Amino acid sequence: MTALPATSDAGRARVPVGRVVKLLVLIAIIVGIGWLAVVNLGAKQATEQLVNALTRGSIYALIAIGYTMVYGIIELINFAHGDMFMVGAFVSLSFLTQLGFTGAVTDLRLLIVLLVASFAVTMTVLALVGITIERLAYRPLRNAPRLAPLITAIGVSFILQNAVQLFYGPYQTNSPKIFPDTWTLQVGEATVPVLSIFIFVVAIGMMTALQLFIGRTRLGRAMRSTAADRDAASLMGVNINRTIAITFLIGSALAGAAGVVNGLNYGVARFDDGFQAGLKAFTAAVLGGIGNTVGAALGGFIIGFIEVGATAMGYARWGPAIVFGVLVIVLVFRPTGLLGQQLGERA
Amino acid sequence: MSAVTELPTRNPLKPAGRQRLREVSSRHRSLSIMVGIAIVGAVLPVLVFFPPFTLAQPTNAWIDGFTNAGVFVLLALGLNLVVGVAGLLDLGYAAFFAIGAYTYAYVLSPFGNSIIGIPIVQTLGSEGAGFLFWPMLLVGALVAATFGILLGAPTLRLRGDYLAIVTLGFGEIVPIVFLNSDLVTNGTNGIGGLSRPSLPIIGGFSAINPWPYYITMLVLVAVVMMLCYRLIESRLGRAWEAIREDELAAAANGINTVVAKLLAFALGASTAGIAGVFNASKLVTVSPDQFTFIVSFTVLAMVVLGGMGNFWGIAVGAFVIYTINNVLLKSLNQFFDATGIPILKDIDFIQLQFLLYGLALVAMMLLRPEGLFPNSRRQRELHTDVTLPEQDELGTAEGTTEEGQR
Repeated sequence: MTALPATSDAGRARVPVGRVVKLLVLIAIIVGIGWLAVVNLGAKQATEQLVNALTRGSIYALIAIGYTMVYGIIELINFAHGDMFMVGAFVSLSFLTQLGFTGAVTDLRLLIVLLVASFAVTMTVLALVGITIERLAYRPLRNAPRLAPLITAIGVSFILQNAVQLFYGPYQTNSPKIFPDTWTLQVGEATVPVLSIFIFVVAIGMMTALQLFIGRTRLGRAMRSTAADRDAASLMGVNINRTIAITFLIGSALAGAAGVVNGLNYGVARFDDGFQAGLKAFTAAVLGGIGNTVGAALGGFIIGFIEVGATAMGYARWGPAIVFGVLVIVLVFRPTGLLGQQLGERA
Repeated sequence: MSAVTELPTRNPLKPAGRQRLREVSSRHRSLSIMVGIAIVGAVLPVLVFFPPFTLAQPTNAWIDGFTNAGVFVLLALGLNLVVGVAGLLDLGYAAFFAIGAYTYAYVLSPFGNSIIGIPIVQTLGSEGAGFLFWPMLLVGALVAATFGILLGAPTLRLRGDYLAIVTLGFGEIVPIVFLNSDLVTNGTNGIGGLSRPSLPIIGGFSAINPWPYYITMLVLVAVVMMLCYRLIESRLGRAWEAIREDELAAAANGINTVVAKLLAFALGASTAGIAGVFNASKLVTVSPDQFTFIVSFTVLAMVVLGGMGNFWGIAVGAFVIYTINNVLLKSLNQFFDATGIPILKDIDFIQLQFLLYGLALVAMMLLRPEGLFPNSRRQRELHTDVTLPEQDELGTAEGTTEEGQR
C-alpha cells in the first residue's frame, strides 16, 4: 500500500530496517497499553473499551483521510472538512427521518437496504458539496499565498455550521439508530455490539478501496503525480483541476460516511460537532504523517485509543487536551509523523 | 516661460500638501500616531451623539462598545506582528489573551489571592488594589510572553502549517485547562470579583461611567501602535519581513531566525497579555468561555481583512468587524422589526451572524486577498502572484514565486 505520492525506487531497494524497528516499537507500545488496560480494568472492561476505541477511531480515521488527501495535494488545511463530517451526519439523519424511520429496524433485509441507501445518499450529497466548495472557495485562490485559502476555509466552516444551525437549531438533534442495539456478540465475558463490528468493517473496507483506487487506477496515479509535483504532472497531461476536484470529492464523501456512522453509533448530532472532531482528525492526519493516507487511518485509530483510554481512566474532560498534548509531543520529536510524511521538501 | 516656473504649476496644491503631510508623519511617526489616535478618539464620541447612531443604542453603550472594540484592536495589532509581519500562522492567539486575563485575576481578586496565598486585595482594599492595574499591564504582558516563548521554543522550528496546528492545539488546551482545573480556577464559573483599575485623582473606575476605560484604551492602543511601528522599522522588524519573504534566504544573510521568530511570538503574546489584563479589569470576571477559538479566528480575520502588515488598516479592520458583529447586526434586527416587512422581520440577524461573517471572509479573500488597506509592499507581492498564473492556463507559471512567502 502506498501513500499519495509514489515511494522512490531507491528506498525500496534498501532493507527497511528502520521501518521494521518502528513497527516493532509501535506493536510493543500497543501491547503494553493493552496489557495495562487488562490489568487495570479487567478483561471484560478492556475488551469493551477496545471495541469502543476502534469505533471512535474508525470515525476519526475516515475524517482524517480527507484532511490528509487535501493537504497532500494542495497543501491546504481544509478547516471546513470537520464541518463536512457534521453535515454528513445531518444529511443522513434527515434522510432516515424523512423516510419515517426513527428507531431500530430489525428486519435484516430492510436494514441492509436502508444502510446502503443512507451511505449512498449522504456520500453523494457530500461529494457534491465538497466539489462545489472547492470550485467556489478554493480554486480561485490556488495560486494566492497560503493564508488566503486558509481564511476562506475558516469562512466556509462558519457558513456550514451556521446553515445547519439555522435549519436544525442550536441543540442536539436525534439521529435514528436504525441498527438495533440489542444485536450483540459475546466475546469472553464482554458484550460487543454488532454495530461496532459493522462500523469497523465499513471503515476498513472504504480505506482499502481508497488505497486500491490511489494505487491502481489512472486517476489515482494522476492524484499521486499531482501531489508530487503539480507542474510536472500538468506537463504530462494530467488535468490538474479535475484531479484536485476528485480529491475533494473523495475526501468529502468519506467525511459523509463518517457522519452516517457517527449518527448510527451515537444517535445524536449537533451543528458544532464538526469542529472538535475535525481538530482531532487533523491531529490524526499529522500524527500519521500528513499526506499519507495509511498514516491518517493509523493516526485516527490512535486518537480513538487515546480518547477512550482517557475516558476509561476518568479523565474524559481532559480528552482533547491529552490529544493535543500528544500532537505537540509528536511534532516536536518526530515532525514527519509516525509513518513519515510523503511530501517533498518544497514547503 | 522657463522650465523653472513651470514646475510648481504641475504639482497642484493638494497633492503637495498631502506629500508634506506624509513626510512629516513619517519623520515624526510617534507624534503622528498620538495625534491620529487623539483625533479618532475625539471624533467617535461626538459622532454617536447624532441620530443614526443614537437610534441603535445610547451613547454610553457606544463608548463602552468602542472600548471593547479597542481590546480587539490591541489583539489584532499583536497578532499582526506574528502573522502579518513575521509570517508565522498562529491560530491559538486567544490562549495568550486568556493567560493575561487570568494573571490579572490571580493578583487582583479575593479568590485568586486565596489560591496564590497572598491577600493583596484584602490588604490594599478594593480601590487601593486598583492602582495595581497599571503595573499589572506589564506583568500580564511578561507572563503571556513567557508562555509564548515556552510554546514557541520547541515548535518554531516546525514548518508553517504544523506551527498553525500546534498553536491551534495550544489555543484549545488553555481554555480546557482553565475549565477543568476546578480547584485553582473555579472551572466554568471562572474567577469573579476582580478589582477595577484606579487612578489618583478620579479614583476607581466604575461600570456606570465608560469614559475612564475608553481613555485608557485609547492610550494603550496609541502606545502599542507606536511600539509596533518602532519595531517594524528596527533591525528586528526587517529581520521578520525577511523571514516572511524567504526564511532560507534570511538565515543565509545572517539573521538568527529562531531568535527572531521567538521574539515575534513573545511580543505578539505580550500584546495579547495586555489586552487580557485590560479586558479582565473591565469585565471584572474571567471564565474559560471568553477565550474560545472563535476569538482566535476573529482576530485572525481582522488582521487579514484589515490588510496584513498595515497597522492602521488592521486597527480599522478590527474596529469595523467588532462593530458590525456587536452593534450593526443587533440594530438591523430592531430596524427590520420596526419596518414590519414580513420576511425581513422574521430574520434573526444575530443568528445569521456567523453565516454572514463566513460569507464575508470568503468574499473578501476572493475579491481582495490583500485586505481593505494593504501594506503597499504586500499588495505588490500578492498581485504579481495572482496575475501571473492566471495568464497561463496550464498553471506552469506558479510554483516557485509564492513558495517561499507565506
